[in-house]
Amino acid sequence: MLIQAIAFYFFAAIVIASAVMVVMARNPVHSVLWLILAFFNAAGLMVLLGAEFIAMLLVIVYVGAVAVLFLFVVMMLDIDFAAMRAGFSRNAPLGLLIAAVLLAELLLGFGAYNAGGLTLGTPDGTAMQAADTSNIEALGALLYGRYIILFEIAGIILLVAMIGAIVLTFQPPKPGARARQDVGKQIRRRPEEATVMKSPEVGQGIEL
Amino acid sequence: MIGIEHYLTVGAILFVLGVLGIFLNRKNVIVILMAVELILLAVNLNLVAFSAFLNDLAGQVFAMLVLTVAAAEAAIGLAILVIYFRTRGSIAVDDINRMKG
Repeated sequence: MLIQAIAFYFFAAIVIASAVMVVMARNPVHSVLWLILAFFNAAGLMVLLGAEFIAMLLVIVYVGAVAVLFLFVVMMLDIDFAAMRAGFSRNAPLGLLIAAVLLAELLLGFGAYNAGGLTLGTPDGTAMQAADTSNIEALGALLYGRYIILFEIAGIILLVAMIGAIVLTFQPPKPGARARQDVGKQIRRRPEEATVMKSPEVGQGIEL
Repeated sequence: MIGIEHYLTVGAILFVLGVLGIFLNRKNVIVILMAVELILLAVNLNLVAFSAFLNDLAGQVFAMLVLTVAAAEAAIGLAILVIYFRTRGSIAVDDINRMKG
């Protein structure tokens, strides 16, 4: 139990510290790297909760795909990041005020919950993880069984996002900009008008 | 003993930090998108915490869906950012008021 508590406070402290650094870092590249650290430690928290599959998904999807995508875009765009921070101190009071109000509201919610003024629903026990199954096994049975429609919808969402990103960023090549492949021309080509290879005798020349 | 309140507190702090990031970095769209990712991470943490403490796996299925939507949102957001930068040469939020919506 003590080990669990130590691990929890370790991961939670690093998550929060790196989230602060994501927001505060001067350079967006550093922000992305701090974001990766935050995701890793959030994955650690989820492992502590016994949700190994979500933790691994977090590492694979966020660190492996989303964060790298962010890094790619940050490095590809040539932006003057110093000018970007011009309004930082001007916006700080408003931002801190809104954050403080939001945190107060959330704490109020916790207080109401702890005081018994708020009842959460109780699980109906149909989606429980059986004691002898692993997290991934139970999750898979649930995801491909009862929640199959949600699974399919998630697939559609990813497909739409993929097509959307390609359509948005695709630039048709300008005509005449560079040599392009002309499929029709390639198909119309006949063997008679193609280059032939001959090995002539020395001094004989070749007949065309 | 670490209870659900501890996880919910971490989630709440992460969420508030994400909101703070949106307000502090009003000029930089990339950092705003990262702050949105932080908010979604906080949501995921809450879902998984409730799922673990109530012993109901539905929360983890929903966390997976949030993950999917977050990935799609990042891809589309960054694609929009790239084409915007290509046409305007800037990603400052203040410049993106062309439509005066």
